[in-house]
Amino acid sequence: MIIEDVLCPFCGCLCDDIKVEVEENQIVSVKRACRLGSSKIRGHERIKAPMIREDGKLVETTYEEAYEKAAQLLLDAKRPLLYGWCSTVCEAQKKGVLLAEELGAIIDSTATVCHGPSIIGIEEKGLAGSTLGQVKNRADLIVFWGSNPSEAHPRHAQRYSSNSQGKYTPKGRKNRKVIVVDVRKTRTAKNADKFIQIKPGTDYEVISALRMIIAGKGDALPEQIVGVSKADLEEAAEMMKSARFGSFHFGLGLTHTRGRYKNVDNALSLITDLNSHTKFVVMPMRGHYNVTGFGQVCAWETGFPMSVDFSRGMPYFNPGETAACDVLGRRETDAMLVVAGDPASNFPKAVVEGMADIPVIQVDPFENPTTYLSDVVIPSAVAGVEVEGTAYRMDGLSLRMKKLVDSGYPSDEEILENILECVRRRQDDN
Amino acid sequence: MIIKGGTVYDPTNGILGEEMDISIENGKVVEEAKKGDVIDAKGFLVMPGGVDAHAHIAGAKVNTGRIMRPEDGRQGLEPKTKLLRPSTGYTVPNCYAMGYRYARLGYTTSFEAATPIIESRHTHEELEEIPIIDKGALTLFGNNWEVLECARDGDIDKLAAYISWGLRASRGYGVKVVNPGGGEAWGFGGNVTGLDDPVPDFDVTPREIIRSLMKANEMLNLPHSVHLHTNNLGKPGNYATTLETLKAVEDITSSMDRQVLHITHMQFSAYGGTGWRDFESKAPEIADYFNKHDQFTMDMGQLIFGSATTMTADAPLEYANARLLHAKWSNHDIELEESSGVVPLFYGRKMPINAIQWAIGLELALLTESPWKILMTTDHPNGGPFVNYPEVMTLLMSKPKRDEEIATLHSLVPKRSILATLDREMDWGEIAIMTRAAPAKILGLKDKGHLGIGADADVTIYDLNPEKIDPSKDYKKVKAAFSLAKYNVKGGEVVVKDGEIVSLPRGRTYWVDATVPEEHAQRVEADLVDKFTKYYSIQKSNYMVQDAYVTNPMVVKAGVI
Repeated sequence: MIIEDVLCPFCGCLCDDIKVEVEENQIVSVKRACRLGSSKIRGHERIKAPMIREDGKLVETTYEEAYEKAAQLLLDAKRPLLYGWCSTVCEAQKKGVLLAEELGAIIDSTATVCHGPSIIGIEEKGLAGSTLGQVKNRADLIVFWGSNPSEAHPRHAQRYSSNSQGKYTPKGRKNRKVIVVDVRKTRTAKNADKFIQIKPGTDYEVISALRMIIAGKGDALPEQIVGVSKADLEEAAEMMKSARFGSFHFGLGLTHTRGRYKNVDNALSLITDLNSHTKFVVMPMRGHYNVTGFGQVCAWETGFPMSVDFSRGMPYFNPGETAACDVLGRRETDAMLVVAGDPASNFPKAVVEGMADIPVIQVDPFENPTTYLSDVVIPSAVAGVEVEGTAYRMDGLSLRMKKLVDSGYPSDEEILENILECVRRRQDDN
Repeated sequence: MIIKGGTVYDPTNGILGEEMDISIENGKVVEEAKKGDVIDAKGFLVMPGGVDAHAHIAGAKVNTGRIMRPEDGRQGLEPKTKLLRPSTGYTVPNCYAMGYRYARLGYTTSFEAATPIIESRHTHEELEEIPIIDKGALTLFGNNWEVLECARDGDIDKLAAYISWGLRASRGYGVKVVNPGGGEAWGFGGNVTGLDDPVPDFDVTPREIIRSLMKANEMLNLPHSVHLHTNNLGKPGNYATTLETLKAVEDITSSMDRQVLHITHMQFSAYGGTGWRDFESKAPEIADYFNKHDQFTMDMGQLIFGSATTMTADAPLEYANARLLHAKWSNHDIELEESSGVVPLFYGRKMPINAIQWAIGLELALLTESPWKILMTTDHPNGGPFVNYPEVMTLLMSKPKRDEEIATLHSLVPKRSILATLDREMDWGEIAIMTRAAPAKILGLKDKGHLGIGADADVTIYDLNPEKIDPSKDYKKVKAAFSLAKYNVKGGEVVVKDGEIVSLPRGRTYWVDATVPEEHAQRVEADLVDKFTKYYSIQKSNYMVQDAYVTNPMVVKAGVI
């Protein structure tokens, strides 16, 4: 059986044109996807059964016991943290928010070590964005800043940006100019008309210099700005101002270097400035396929997109105080549920050390470094392959993920529902 | 259930303040209920449940407002209870707060005012999370490439077929048009300046877009008319564009017993002046036109002083707002369909423009003779949040209340508007029309907004005795009572008692399934295949809202006869 127009559960591009061949409930071929997506859809070694750590070793158990143990650990904690959520569907994320409410827990997503600073930047300035189709049809100038889609979002260029074809860009790449700003010459930079190499941690200064040039105050700048020649920036500024439709795509190179949300704030301000000269849009290159969805779900359910603390019985949001790394780093968190994320690989070392000292419950289809720190491991079905549901593309467009094959594993949503039921029953008993 | 002995206002059925019983069975008003609870409503005001025909309550714009405004989320906090999820926000509440707050006001229905087809899945995800109330969403068509092309070609049959498809794809209820042509022009940073300014690259004018959509809307016998946000909205002198628009469609007739065009949040389209310096009200001119023409309706778009979050598909307007106010600015252009923007702002009593805007909304309502022609709205949360409806009701019912407010405003108000000279004070019946009967009629919701046999059993009881209270003098009491319903009965179930939520039934989502002749449907299909192949960034098969997102639907049938 061939299933057409499958959505890819890997990166924020959320490509929806994948062709998957299924025979006897097995995926036998994946077409059109990039290597990253194809590998995710084909799948790899799975966690076989639920496990609970006994005497330092993970020992197989039943789902029922794993749910009970998870509920008990979360209820025994004073300051539980529910974390992850980037690689699952919105239906599971909704259950996660409800569980956090019931527990008086903190809920946070992987955005906190990814585009969290972008969200804070947006809180400062707003986001002048568009859907990716608008870029495809109109953009004659594309800027990749601190992002490397050739390796992280392999089909971005072809489907949506530099190499795509649209109404006003029928010749694709030939109708467009590409500027890349990065700290090294990436594969994306090789496709650029203009590459500006900057020193790590100098994004803020370079953006500020561009803004000055665009505002007509370039005379006040020195010939070299943190190692970049003024002439280079003047050329880039002229390309931006003279574009008919520009789009600016930024990645972790902007959000997680010195300056963080202030870098994003400055970049968003640059785009606002440019709109008094021409049309310009901006969007973050979100990583995991539904990390955007968590921000959406959390916002409509709680009013805030991440780092929400329910310990007061109502949402309290203050990243810097209530983000996952904050509470783990301060050693406040005394139990952690990780769903569809791998903090052990991505958190700062000191924070991972904090995780090692507390009970950790993992819900995930695949073993990863977080598994080694976990006390309860609950394997789940792969969302977007074995479970259908909603995901939000990096530009905020929502799409429905398909189910391609049956699975013996429960979905993330079912697992969370079961833990929630155990929590409620234990609360009633008390 | 029997609601016994209340003083009932049910203007649709000609009942204005009669003491009577309302019998309810299986969620409907019946002749006589055989069993059930009795609510003693003696000495209380009884009305149909409130209907909001225009509010921004769900979807990408609303969530953008939440995400960019954590400072708003920190207002209006209410903790979770045994029954309720926590509430947050004032101008952009979370989904749960939307449902709870409408219910406490005595409202049972609200329609999201604008959803692009491609983002309707998101809109429905949020609508599904809003408890208690019935809802629906109006679908945006005014800047859609297929619409522009059909209007350019004068192909109304094909346009009707596309609307039919678009409503099904979005699970939408009606045709919303925002700054027609301007949203497409904004794709390259432009706008249109008036009815006859052609849309770049499409060789079609706003006049042609509006006329074509209205003709197609009537050809399809849709329950609601075209719902228009005018060109030049928010700009000084725009009343001329508004009147020109109305005159441009006087020859089009409605296919059924309702208006042929609804102009929304008229306050923002009734401005005089050549700029902000000589900005003034032109509400008298607009109201005068409506008094002489029965085929058009409008809603107020009343401004409320304090914080607001403006959100609209009129993206060039939002850019102008952001530049003028140096405010945060979000923009979101939507491939082949629309553009949109979100800007938070603060309406100040001493800001001359804001104070005059406030007066214009009230002038429109008070100068329009028939309350059936003008609905009470705040264009939530553009003019201000819907929780302020009781404030607007008392302003309409009390001249002393208006005088008291005007005294706190910028001194230009009496010079640039005639509000201070208006003595009209609305009565309970007129308020019931503007907040219940008329919005239901204008939306084409036959079972809503009245309490006749067979109507939905959506009934509100307010702790007000119309026989004893004088709303002109006792406006504080009136506002308090309208703010927290004594009882709100939704679909025959008590959802609010003494101002507290007591149950959480799931509301229904209205959408319109309109049929068209197969030949025109096929012509649209061919265009769509072409557009998805070349221009959309997603596949056609993944575009349409799936049934999973509308789990409690109320499908209204329409179509070409």
